[in-house]
Amino acid sequence: MKLLKTLMAGAALVVGLGGMAHAQDKTKVGFVYVGPVGDFGWSYEHDQGRKAVEEAFGDKVETTFVESVPEGADSERVMTQMALSGAKLIFTTSFGYMDPTINVAKKFPDVKFEHATGYKQADNVSTYSARFYEGRSVIGHIAGHMTETDTIGYIASFPIPEVIRGINASYLAAKAVNPDVKMKIVWVYTWFDPGKEADAATALIEQGADIIMQHTDSPAAMTIAEEKGILAFGQASDMKQFGPNARLSSIIDNWAPYYIARTQAVMDGTWESGNTWDGIKEGMVEIGEFSDKIPADVQASATALKDGIVAGTTHSFTGPINKQDGTPWLAEGETADDGTLATMNFYVEGIEGEIPQ
Amino acid sequence: MIRLEPRTEPSRAMIALTPILAVLATMIAGGFLFSALGKNPIEAIRMIFWDPVLGEHAFYYRGQILVKAAPLIMIALGLSFGFRAGIWNIGAEGQFIMGGVIGAAAGLALYPSESIFVFPIMLIAGTLGGLLWALIPAYLKIKFNANEILVSLMLVYVAFNFLAGMVTGPLRDPDGFNFPESRSFQQWDAASNPELIAGSGIHWGVLVTMGLVIVAYILLTRHIFGFHIRLAGQSPRAAKFGGVNPNKMVAICLGLSGALAGMAGLYEVTGPAGKLTTTFPLGYGFTAIIVAFLGRLHPIGILLAGLLLAVTYVGGDVIQANLSLPKASIQVFQGMLLFFLLAVDVLVHFRIRFKRGL
Repeated sequence: MKLLKTLMAGAALVVGLGGMAHAQDKTKVGFVYVGPVGDFGWSYEHDQGRKAVEEAFGDKVETTFVESVPEGADSERVMTQMALSGAKLIFTTSFGYMDPTINVAKKFPDVKFEHATGYKQADNVSTYSARFYEGRSVIGHIAGHMTETDTIGYIASFPIPEVIRGINASYLAAKAVNPDVKMKIVWVYTWFDPGKEADAATALIEQGADIIMQHTDSPAAMTIAEEKGILAFGQASDMKQFGPNARLSSIIDNWAPYYIARTQAVMDGTWESGNTWDGIKEGMVEIGEFSDKIPADVQASATALKDGIVAGTTHSFTGPINKQDGTPWLAEGETADDGTLATMNFYVEGIEGEIPQ
Repeated sequence: MIRLEPRTEPSRAMIALTPILAVLATMIAGGFLFSALGKNPIEAIRMIFWDPVLGEHAFYYRGQILVKAAPLIMIALGLSFGFRAGIWNIGAEGQFIMGGVIGAAAGLALYPSESIFVFPIMLIAGTLGGLLWALIPAYLKIKFNANEILVSLMLVYVAFNFLAGMVTGPLRDPDGFNFPESRSFQQWDAASNPELIAGSGIHWGVLVTMGLVIVAYILLTRHIFGFHIRLAGQSPRAAKFGGVNPNKMVAICLGLSGALAGMAGLYEVTGPAGKLTTTFPLGYGFTAIIVAFLGRLHPIGILLAGLLLAVTYVGGDVIQANLSLPKASIQVFQGMLLFFLLAVDVLVHFRIRFKRGL
């Protein structure tokens, strides 16, 4: 009798656990995007990361996303809704989601949040970003060689450290190979607005730029470059289809490995809050295939630069570098530390114009 | 050839029913849209209209509906007076922005004071900011007969760039790593417009909006000002003979709508948005125009229309996340609402005649 009871209890336990295991079968992962997934830039690449998570875990995960979520009050609602619907891990993929992410994370201590490009962490909020500036060095190097008017046009979004870092890194790399190079910068105050991005590209071309770089999310500038017969680089995504002749190379964001690793960590219960800042070496930043227009020797030197960054022998910010006003920043051979890079709010010497203040 | 012929006496019942017909038509056309995208149309419509109000997580969404509806209703109430009098303030978005910026600036000048006067001062400054911004088109209209539609609309872009200049310059958070944002008002008690009951979504702006609906109702139906407004709209000549000064009307209508938009902007910045950023204006000023017309320019109608539109916003997020629908499809759906409203309106006021030749 006793044996029977034990057996039954055991069976019940097994059934119970089985049921629980079934309920936990699917880990829900949510993604909040600032642009449409069809922007073929920033949000598109995050969505590629989401799809990679689905592919990697198959039936074990269920992903959801909401696109074109305005930064601010609306994003808080979207995140709350995801958490309420059972998401265990939520990626919020734009800087402006920082405070909303922290607010919602307070209300859902059991849900893990991952905020891209921000600086506020909590027990259940990690931050992550990529060292895009490493990619900027490589394309800046190419642009310095390729420009005939010695003028590079740069479409900048917001004057925040990440964007300024990119401008400085591109300029330093271009100037290293072409001392006469100038950089024209247009601020558009948006991440995604194909109309404004196209206008900015046109304005830069009128100012003599024959190569366009951008820190915005759509391929609009690439399309204009193709039309006007000048050169450009893919941003966030390869963008080759938008400028088969114009595109020289690209900086590609590859979020998939990180997203898969973090989802795995939530499944295993090993997720911990932290700050990740990965670059070319870890594969979070990739350099797109070189166009045939780039001469072989430039391709070789650009590859060497990239290899140096991967090996750790080259740093995008290596002294001597002065700030724009001529005050010394880095001494001969000195490299910038992450703290300074994370808060960079000055141009390096040689860049004309002022950061909007 | 098709011709529209005015009906001599449009049916009053039909005029009142127009918004409801428009909503029904939107549901039907939206259903086709969603099924064309491969989703179950009934489920999609249910998620938009039912889930936010009575669904599983409605306890959260209901508060969010109020958060979205309050600024829409507040702005639309102000606009409705001008619209009735034939004065077209299309730039409420700009006044909303200026209210937020000026109000925030007044507050930040007092940082880090914990005085109880900080928030009232911000509120007054924000309201004045919106008011003065709206008086620019009013002045140009009175002085030079400049078209207020164009002037007020173009001032939206001026206001936006002013906002961008402020958050990257004087009003930028000195401890914010150069990110284009002001200090957080949510984390500064004296300047915050918090949720008054946790989870309810109700903040000061929601309460004030409810009060304003009543005030507007009384003004419109029981006060001489409401009478003048209606008179000016229906028969400008009669209004003139009745002693209504059209210039004064322009100033009052634009000023009033600007003040309310400015106030809404301040509540938004200190409450749901929490800080000044270039992304705090979510288009409330433009959407409020739809709300005003959907509500038949009547305070009670505007209240209902604001709530309805807020439901489609909250519900739009629900179906986006649950059915993986693109954002654009939700926007098309919301656009249909205005389209059908205008279409039904035309059919109520006009008869369609088919004629041969010219």
